[in-house]
Amino acid sequence: MSQDQIAVTGKPAVPAATSASAASAGFGAFVRRNQIVEHIVLLLGVLLMMGPIAVAFTTSTHDPVTIHSEGMQLGFGNNFLPTYEAVIFEQTGFTKQVTGWGMSLNSLILGLGFAIGKIIVSMLAAYAIVYFRFPLGTLCFWIIFSTLLLPLEVRILPSYEVVQGLGLLNSYTGLILPLIASATGTFFFRQFFKSVPNELLEAARIDGAGPFRFFWDILVPLSRTMIAAIFIIMFVVGWNQYLWPILMTTDESFYTVVRGIRQILQVWIGADIPAYNEALGLAIIAMIPPVLIVIIFQRMFIKGLVESEK
Amino acid sequence: MTTLEIKQAVKRYPNGALAVKGVDVTVEEGELVVFVGPSGCGKSTLLRMVAGLESVTEGEIVLDGRLVNDIEPAHRNIAMVFQNYALYPHMTVYKNLAYGLKNRGTPKAEIDTKVREAAKLLQIGDYLERKPSQLSGGQRQRVAMGRAIVRDPAIFLFDEPLSNLDAKLRNQMRLEIKRLQRRLETAAIYVTHDQVEAMTLADRIVVLNNGEIEQIGTPAEVYGAPASTFVASFIGAPPMNLLEAQTGDGAIVIGDTHIQAPVRANGPVTLGIRPERAHLADGSGAAAGPPMQVDTVEELGAVRLIHGSVGGQHFTANQSADEPIPGDHVRLRLQPDDLHLFDHDTGRRL
Repeated sequence: MSQDQIAVTGKPAVPAATSASAASAGFGAFVRRNQIVEHIVLLLGVLLMMGPIAVAFTTSTHDPVTIHSEGMQLGFGNNFLPTYEAVIFEQTGFTKQVTGWGMSLNSLILGLGFAIGKIIVSMLAAYAIVYFRFPLGTLCFWIIFSTLLLPLEVRILPSYEVVQGLGLLNSYTGLILPLIASATGTFFFRQFFKSVPNELLEAARIDGAGPFRFFWDILVPLSRTMIAAIFIIMFVVGWNQYLWPILMTTDESFYTVVRGIRQILQVWIGADIPAYNEALGLAIIAMIPPVLIVIIFQRMFIKGLVESEK
Repeated sequence: MTTLEIKQAVKRYPNGALAVKGVDVTVEEGELVVFVGPSGCGKSTLLRMVAGLESVTEGEIVLDGRLVNDIEPAHRNIAMVFQNYALYPHMTVYKNLAYGLKNRGTPKAEIDTKVREAAKLLQIGDYLERKPSQLSGGQRQRVAMGRAIVRDPAIFLFDEPLSNLDAKLRNQMRLEIKRLQRRLETAAIYVTHDQVEAMTLADRIVVLNNGEIEQIGTPAEVYGAPASTFVASFIGAPPMNLLEAQTGDGAIVIGDTHIQAPVRANGPVTLGIRPERAHLADGSGAAAGPPMQVDTVEELGAVRLIHGSVGGQHFTANQSADEPIPGDHVRLRLQPDDLHLFDHDTGRRL
């Protein structure tokens, strides 16, 4: 019986049939039937999530004419290498200065800058709010928090004005810096810091750790899982930015992958037919880094969301 | 030599609440002083004032002849053991012990020697590379003490260090703390709400109530001659019986019985009698003391607790298990020396 339960919980599956007694064999059959239902549900979920991606991938291996005349393709075509070579290395765009590789790099810079910048700024902000008593500290927090009510789209024109005024258009700084203040991140870190026992701070004070040491030696290591969780979220958000880079950069050397996908359909008109295969190929490539980040940090991500190491 | 002097210490919180109301305590070299009292009596606040974790509103804290009111905890030459251990969860035991020394800029070799010495003393040498989460409660407690020991402080501050342990382990660790403190010959303040811990550990007990000192004395003094009804009822288990009584002509009157008073008093008083000093006599004897109506008997093995009432007021007596179980009506045999008289209104000892 316990073996069956282990199998149900998804631990290394021990065949239910090894159960000896008749009663537990009956129970085992029941569990097996349940398992089959569960697996069908899970498979349907997988199909729903992965199906479009798989079809996008298979379609991207065909030539644009086939795609245009016959629609999405379920089987593999024989255009895989040419398509992906073109997507990654071909100089494209209006000025023929940008490649898929270059755009990925830009996206990576944006994603990393976004994630790392937000983590640093929001951790410091939360540290100040939770551990230092300064006039109007609580008010400061709620003002930061209330910016959640104003999404980027609402304040994009003033933001543009500011970036333009600072002369930061068409620069990585201009792409990243204005966005690294994060109310979400500050809020998450604030909640986490508040859950750190006060005695830890007191023990550190007795151990001679000043504010900087306490932050670096105690709080940052304790926040590891939180940092990983926020890193994933912010990296994906940064990577997927679309409107912001369009407004802040006009120079094609700053193009990100997400913009590139659209660009292919708009500009890369080979003869008469848009290069559907290349657009889909670029979409697949655009997905890889966020997926990798999630896979790598998944464990810590889940840990960060459901528990805190204390 | 005096290690610590607390002079007229007052703690007032910004909201105006008075947690400590002018307290004087001294701790001699190598002495273990226990602050005991119910929760909210200010004992922890007072300890934290000594540690430097709470500011001192008024008064002075003098440690080793140096006024430390405005000195950071790290520079006070104290070490503190917290109730929930407050170990750094992400550091190994070794790093937990070494962290304070490292921050002081102690050379690595010296840190290593000190950490290993403390680990040996506390028998945690095998766990040095483990994280606190991999240790049991008792082991964590030892690590917390180790962290205090490596600092080689002028005074140890224990803030209810055993209350997170189960009863059996608590008794064992209590004994260990006492041995350790004796061996290191370092002064210590130990805060607890558990009067058994206070009695067993202390060289001197400071009983606190409502931010004020009720009594300071050795365990025997505090137990044998409580200064107030508060101390009388707080120290000792089961607590001292307190009866409302009248006095006059050198005698105490409870119901219809007159007992010779140990001190001169007139008017209403509170009479205190320790349960183990109330001897039971057969109810038929006429010469004995006040009658007691027995209502419940509790067997504890070695002793037996007899609950009942005397003159309509609750009363508990201790009886050795060898003695026969009494009937419903008994009389108390009381010695004048065993009677404690307290002022009816102020509760102070007469």
